[in-house]
Amino acid sequence: MVTTPTEASHKMSFDSAVIRRDFPLLAKQIDGKPLVYLDSANTSQKPSMVIDAMANFMRESYAPINRSAYTLAANATEQYEGARSAVAKFINANSSLEIVFTKNATEALNLIVHSWGRANLKTGDVVLLTHMEHHANIVPWQMLQQELGIELRWVPLTSDFQLDLTSLTSLLSGVKVFSFTSMSNVLGTINPVEKLCAAAHAAGAIAIVDACQSVPHSPTDVQSWGADFATFSGHKMCGPSGVGVLWGREALLEAMPPFLGGGNMITDVRLDGFTCAELPAKFEAGTPPIAEVVGLGAAVEYLTKIGMANVRQHEIAMSSYVLDLLTNRFGDDITIHGPRNPELRGATFSFAFRGIHPHDISQILDQSNVCVRAGHHCAKPLMKIIGANATTRASFYLYNTTADADTLADALDSASDIF
Amino acid sequence: MPGIDDLYREIILDHYRTPRNRGELPPPAVYSEGNNPLCGDDIRIYLDVADGIVRDVKFSGQGCSISQSSTSMMTVAVKGKTVEQVQAFVRRFKHMMTLTSESETVDESINLGDIEALQGVVKFPVRIKCATLGWNTLLEALTESTK
Repeated sequence: MVTTPTEASHKMSFDSAVIRRDFPLLAKQIDGKPLVYLDSANTSQKPSMVIDAMANFMRESYAPINRSAYTLAANATEQYEGARSAVAKFINANSSLEIVFTKNATEALNLIVHSWGRANLKTGDVVLLTHMEHHANIVPWQMLQQELGIELRWVPLTSDFQLDLTSLTSLLSGVKVFSFTSMSNVLGTINPVEKLCAAAHAAGAIAIVDACQSVPHSPTDVQSWGADFATFSGHKMCGPSGVGVLWGREALLEAMPPFLGGGNMITDVRLDGFTCAELPAKFEAGTPPIAEVVGLGAAVEYLTKIGMANVRQHEIAMSSYVLDLLTNRFGDDITIHGPRNPELRGATFSFAFRGIHPHDISQILDQSNVCVRAGHHCAKPLMKIIGANATTRASFYLYNTTADADTLADALDSASDIF
Repeated sequence: MPGIDDLYREIILDHYRTPRNRGELPPPAVYSEGNNPLCGDDIRIYLDVADGIVRDVKFSGQGCSISQSSTSMMTVAVKGKTVEQVQAFVRRFKHMMTLTSESETVDESINLGDIEALQGVVKFPVRIKCATLGWNTLLEALTESTK
């Protein structure tokens, strides 16, 4: 007998229907139907708390930071630095000096590659990546490969969409850097970050974690990870676009040359050279995204209030519900590219459905206000490995309910009516 | 929101389900590849031009219903036309897709026939790229054939 999953049987850790009310955009109706936003792996919606924090800051407190003596500027600096401390605490960094604000996670990864990479790697050095990386953790390394002649190696996948770690020791042999995602933005696979960092260190390599997909969805402790660097975006974790985070161990950041040059990152500039500022200003050249950083601070406060362990619990329950729902309802008509065990994955589902092209699926789902991503998800090498030109991806977050999953399933059925 | 029926007209679905001129052409026919970096779709247009006339055209690759059907309809329309006629035809199509600039001369008397069914794509701007992928690739193949 096919059982219909119910919310109760999937142990929701909080009422996402209540959480949803914190997000004004999700109250929007189009053609009298509610919005079903299933594209949070791409970018998340924003709670009132973040929107208000940014609007209030710009109405009441906006001023330059770090460079003016007047009270308004001092208060703005305090709010900006307050957000840095909040982010440091959120990921359990050793110190807020280890938090560098960037434009996004992509810039944070580029910063590591161009600053640490150029200073520490030479021709023939090996960087280990995995087959499930986002372009942001591939292309900067390939740029360095073209420039320095480094070698790139890849950890392959198992048939159940995990990293295949059977040959990890030999893959890590002679490697200087192991850079990997904590969670695949296509497969939803959650990687064993602590284990991978330990293996990297045992081989004498540094460990870089692209934590873009996991920081918004589960508790993060960079110290217990044992990582050397971690990067993530504000906009995927209820914060605004335009701000990302680089976390690095203080000693590493301290030893690195600056990335972008300009104002704020210096203590002295003379005609014959310059002296770098201390951390973290060294890596924050120019006027930063001030209001956005304040917004990210509010996002961190919002998520902390809800509790990241609760968010993770909710997403395990959602994963379990969505996997049951889609496989019970569609059987062999749907192929989900990702792990079946909800404990091993985030609530991000890439799938193929009845031979209908993902672009057409997303267009038809849009008729039911269901927002999903169609395409290669900025992971073309991975797409090639799983044998798909494009997939449809539905990704769930703390504000998604089982009703959203039900609407997705109904809308998928309507796609079959057309094709 | 514009209706989905404006997009998925019957003639479009017909060309999607039963594409015409799918396949490859051996040399001396030339080919060009086009892809849509947003969605990873790719298309290859094979073109056999002799004495300034498109003798044969075929296409291969993967794509959504709009890119596949638009390309299929295009191959039917351009076969047998002169290179100049094909170029004018492509301009007429791109004009319908709102992609021509004011400085370009478009012969609005050219009848697009079944291809008029793709007019509805204009109401879904993100899909215009899908509809024009094969056409832009055809233009590249034409250039290739005159080398």
